[in-house]
Amino acid sequence: MNTITIRDLLAEQAVLHDLPAADLDLIAGCARNQYFTPGAFLAREDTDANQFFVIREGKVALEMHSPTGSLLMETLGRGELVGWSWLFEPYRWVFDVEVVAPTRAIVIDSACLRDKCDADAEFGYRLMKRFARVIADRLQTTRVRLLDLYGGGNAR
Amino acid sequence: MPESCVLSPADRAVDELVASLSRRGYTVIGPRLRDGAIVLEEIEGATSLPVGWSDDQEAATYRVRRHDERSLFAYAVGPQSPRRYLTPPRKTLWSAVRTERGFTIDEQQPAAPDYAFIGVRACELAAVGIQDKVLRDGPHPDPVYARARERAFFVGVNCGHPVATCFCTSMGTGPQVTAGHDLAVTELLTDGAHQLLFEVGTERGAEVLAELQTNVQWRPATDADFAALQQILDATAVQMTRRLDPVAARDVLINNLEHPRWDDVASRCLSCTNCTLVCPTCFCSAVEDVGSLDGERADRVQRWDSCFTLGHSVLHGAGSVRGDTRSRYRQWLTHKLSTWWDQFDVSGCVGCGRCITWCPAAIDITKEVAAIAEGQDL
Amino acid sequence: MPVDVGALSQAEPVDRLGGPMVPTRYEVVSRHQETADSVTLALMPVDAPIADPTPGQFTMLYTFGVGEIPISVSGCPQREGALLHTIRGVGATSRALCALEPGAVVGVRGPFGVGWDVSAAEGSDVLIVAGGIGLAPLRPVIREVLTHRDRFGRVAILIGARTPGELLYTEQIAQWRSVPDVHVDVTVDAATRGWSGNVGLITMLLDPLPVTATAASVFLCGPEVMIRVTSRNLVDAGTDPDRIFVSLERNMHCAIRQCGHCQLGPLFVCADGPVVTWTAAGPLLAVRRW
Repeated sequence: MNTITIRDLLAEQAVLHDLPAADLDLIAGCARNQYFTPGAFLAREDTDANQFFVIREGKVALEMHSPTGSLLMETLGRGELVGWSWLFEPYRWVFDVEVVAPTRAIVIDSACLRDKCDADAEFGYRLMKRFARVIADRLQTTRVRLLDLYGGGNAR
Repeated sequence: MPESCVLSPADRAVDELVASLSRRGYTVIGPRLRDGAIVLEEIEGATSLPVGWSDDQEAATYRVRRHDERSLFAYAVGPQSPRRYLTPPRKTLWSAVRTERGFTIDEQQPAAPDYAFIGVRACELAAVGIQDKVLRDGPHPDPVYARARERAFFVGVNCGHPVATCFCTSMGTGPQVTAGHDLAVTELLTDGAHQLLFEVGTERGAEVLAELQTNVQWRPATDADFAALQQILDATAVQMTRRLDPVAARDVLINNLEHPRWDDVASRCLSCTNCTLVCPTCFCSAVEDVGSLDGERADRVQRWDSCFTLGHSVLHGAGSVRGDTRSRYRQWLTHKLSTWWDQFDVSGCVGCGRCITWCPAAIDITKEVAAIAEGQDL
Repeated sequence: MPVDVGALSQAEPVDRLGGPMVPTRYEVVSRHQETADSVTLALMPVDAPIADPTPGQFTMLYTFGVGEIPISVSGCPQREGALLHTIRGVGATSRALCALEPGAVVGVRGPFGVGWDVSAAEGSDVLIVAGGIGLAPLRPVIREVLTHRDRFGRVAILIGARTPGELLYTEQIAQWRSVPDVHVDVTVDAATRGWSGNVGLITMLLDPLPVTATAASVFLCGPEVMIRVTSRNLVDAGTDPDRIFVSLERNMHCAIRQCGHCQLGPLFVCADGPVVTWTAAGPLLAVRRW
């Protein structure tokens, strides 16, 4: 009988699958699989960012809380990478990440992975490129959303 | 004049007490059986009291039942407290009267009567002391409350009949009347005699007692009477099985604002506001404009409010801060037992148990605190 | 004390039964439309005036038959000659207030609460950060600081608005810009036609910081999310959280710490605030729905 390992789950993720096998081994050593029910928080604003997540299935919401309730910025789902506050000091979450549908995610211990990046700069570079790509994609889509296109856009 | 004495028979002493207080201009408020509950209403004498009645209370349960046929004070607190009279559920603060270019302010309101309360338990007197801190002793006293308090006369009763929801002993507020009373009474009911032990709390209490002594048979209190009192108090304390540690509760709640128990209690709580309306220390109020039909006059009417309503935490033009039951229940309990200390240097709970009895969902604050404290050395 | 039976038995009417809940009447002497949904009213007393407010304090404004709401003071009578309130029409009472014309009479109670202690900032740099309608309560602070410019170190005023059209006090901002040795910067979240200024979140005006982080007193008002983000940025930059003064908003209803509505944890925001240090506010604002 074949046992599915965390390494197998990582290899299934589009955001990581073409990394060298040795890189996936390194990440697998810091990762675990976890199930989250709706209402759980993957991240809480201004608390320690000592993990990040790859969503296998389900849906989470990026939010900021306001006095009259949570302000929802974006939802993230299957295959998406959640969290980069662990990359930069002071390693504090900027937003809340709330689970809004039953979610299975790979949870990666960031201190563990940072140590491996520091020890192996080439691995670190390859990983940073993945994150830079994700960050750039999110920034670009966020900027386009700021245009309020369906509202007619903000022509100057 | 002795500081304490024993009057008998008890019913005649109560009759004369009510008469004496009435002559002094007081509207006398006391326990009365109505609609299957012991309520606080104007009384005329001993026969107005729930003579021969007692009560059973449990979470979400209140029943009156027959007791010794002579007893006058053989029951615990009912749904109402002196709060009902000292800070009325609804009162007009002032009225705006339309003029050609604006409005004038009409502040003339009929004055409330001067109240004398008979049969007040130690927990009730502690609650009045707590409301004093909120409504009278701050930088902006509520003039209606301050006036009512200055004039109110309290006849306390040492409690010999706790119910299952009581926990005043652990809160340090009872069962003995020790402060805030003008007179304290202990009902001494034996096979042979029915007497009232009177103790003086204030000079005006002493004056009323002196007048009673001219109309009712009395004798000085003896060591035996005080031994009987102590026996009653000891028995009362032993019967109280619920408990809450007011100092420990303060920390355990504030340190557990995200405890899963808040979700659990929210699934049971109906947000019905009952607990806040029966609570003798709750003070939240709201003011609304009530306009006359012709639009010429608008009364500014203050009414009791509750932190369980959606409007309580509403931000103007936005939504409510506490939009769900979890946050509203958490506000009620953390305020009552924790942040009240920060604000008024005392717990907001006196252990009267009303919020437990009158909760339709049988939520018990002593159990909720215990559940949150579990494993945390409460 | 003997009881005065006679006095007790009389049920005489009581004057000023409402006590601190009874307003003083003020007349609207001018009305200035600031933006599409906000108006500045200048008020002069009809009855005895309220005490002089300090920057950051608020009053309770009543309009006949509608209701009463807390509005921060945006101009102190001792400086401006009239009591100024900038009101954004977002609810029934605020819309009714915004619709008032000169000659109308309102009720005023106050001033209430703890404001910004501008004099305590003397000798230090001053950073004023305002978002949206949050500029209204900060205007008296700016007035004080600019009036006594020589008492402070570096002075910066940073203003954020949703759109250029929602920017308050545009004429005054131009005046502030003309004061020598005062840094004034404005940004909007979304530009509209004709806007040539900054577009971006207000935190972009904090980098580079126009004052010395470790020597600054900060006066901050805006939406709560903005307060959190800005305060944390400043603390990360080295500003003492005891010297970041933020203005909180909760349901101030009686304004005299008796109605219970404005509680935020242990605070009655109406009396313990609205201005508190970030040291005090930070942990309270971190709790959702409290």
